[in-house]
Amino acid sequence: MVSLLDIIGPVMVGPSSSHTAGACRLGLLARGLIGGTPDRARIELHGSFARTGEGHGTDKAIAGGLMGFRPDDERLRDALEIAEREQLDYVFEKTTLSDDAHPNSVRLTVERGDRHATMIGASLGAGRVRVSEINGYSVEVSGNLHTVVLIAEDVTGSVAAIATILAEHGLNIATLRLSRKERGGDAFMAIEIDEQPGEAVRDEIRSLPWVRWAFRLDKVSA
Amino acid sequence: MYRSLADAIRDAEEQRITLATLALATEAKDQGRPVEEIRTALQRALDIMRGAVDKGMTGDLFSASGLVGGDAAKLRTGPEGPLSGTPFRDILARALAVQEVNAAMGVIVAAPTAGGAGVLPAVLTGLAHARGIGDAAVVDALAVAGLIGAVIAERASLSGAEGGCQAETGAAAAMAAGAATEMLGGTPAQVGHATALAMQGTLGLVCDPLGGLVELPCVFRNATGSAIALTGIELALAGVEFRIPVDEVIDVMGEIGRSMDVRYRETAGGGLAATPTGRRLARERLVQIKKR
Repeated sequence: MVSLLDIIGPVMVGPSSSHTAGACRLGLLARGLIGGTPDRARIELHGSFARTGEGHGTDKAIAGGLMGFRPDDERLRDALEIAEREQLDYVFEKTTLSDDAHPNSVRLTVERGDRHATMIGASLGAGRVRVSEINGYSVEVSGNLHTVVLIAEDVTGSVAAIATILAEHGLNIATLRLSRKERGGDAFMAIEIDEQPGEAVRDEIRSLPWVRWAFRLDKVSA
Repeated sequence: MYRSLADAIRDAEEQRITLATLALATEAKDQGRPVEEIRTALQRALDIMRGAVDKGMTGDLFSASGLVGGDAAKLRTGPEGPLSGTPFRDILARALAVQEVNAAMGVIVAAPTAGGAGVLPAVLTGLAHARGIGDAAVVDALAVAGLIGAVIAERASLSGAEGGCQAETGAAAAMAAGAATEMLGGTPAQVGHATALAMQGTLGLVCDPLGGLVELPCVFRNATGSAIALTGIELALAGVEFRIPVDEVIDVMGEIGRSMDVRYRETAGGGLAATPTGRRLARERLVQIKKR
């Protein structure tokens, strides 16, 4: 359903809702996967992101997103200088992810302390984004809602256990997506939630013995 | 939100309310939020739009490539033309101003997109300034613009990559025309005609920016888009009716977009981007991502 405020918005730093605002949101989501500003980031730009990225400030927008700047933050303009000061060790590369990848795609490989994550995402236009892959798992995360992502061993009842924790905290599941690479292999769960989950929820999920890692991604839309 | 402008116009007429009231009530119901909260968000959007207009008028902003910038100020201080001293010239200046801010990585409201972000602020704040119209009425107008934009998003497209510039500055002109028509006292039916009249003037408009960047001709398309919006407003308020229903005009915009060659959809493969000078400027001025 189209919202009036999607049309009259977002408030953003120019010049392009796809190449700047959307790029920033992808940076924000990758930041969420490691729980803060990365020490190191490898940013591989595909298609139109690689071709017209600098003129659109795509590089600044992604670096800014990695540092937690939102699409309307004027610091985005100076994000690369700020990244140098903050000792975010970044490198940009041009790549071809695959022939059918969305033209505005990026692969982000980020490290913070002993945490690391790889994410592929695309900017779909009008600031909307979609994350299609996290750590090799196929996912679908829009960032329109708060999202909990986790990797768990493929045990029976895992979904029920997670759902119970969320319900006990009064959180309403909007969407749930489960994927695994093979039978009996690790399962990837992406759960979109209407309300913002607290750190306690994340910690409780992490304490489950069969959960390998879990993160909460704050929503990145306005 | 509505998927048909004809339905919205009919409901507003039956309930004897403005399209703004209808749009705000519908959004409140859709999103489960109070109307006041939506008005507050629209007021913030209006404040940011005004900020971008003011900033762009200073004349010292330039884009990364240096291809655009400084032109809004020329309309304030440059030699007179046939429109000098009228709201028309001021509105053209405001449209350029917002787009120059956008190209220079300043803060704007993407309404409906960043590439078409100059039209709505130019037309609404320009007319409000000229007629002494207060913010509450401009916020109402933004709600009407949002309603029209939502219908265009559902029935056609708001993306240059999908539908060409007709889906960006064309949609912006249609939204601004309908919104300002109600702001100036037009009936819901007149809002429909103003929207259709503006949109018919941009049908077929291609998206052909140099190097694929939101700079040239995007900045100027926002000025010409504003002029087309003003035409729709002037004709509709005078009682002119457009015989093709507005929903059908929107549908055909979508259809034209879908059949548009990919060269004309934000790929820099055709139109002005592919002229000899367009190609040369893109080569010389549009820098590439540096590794570090």
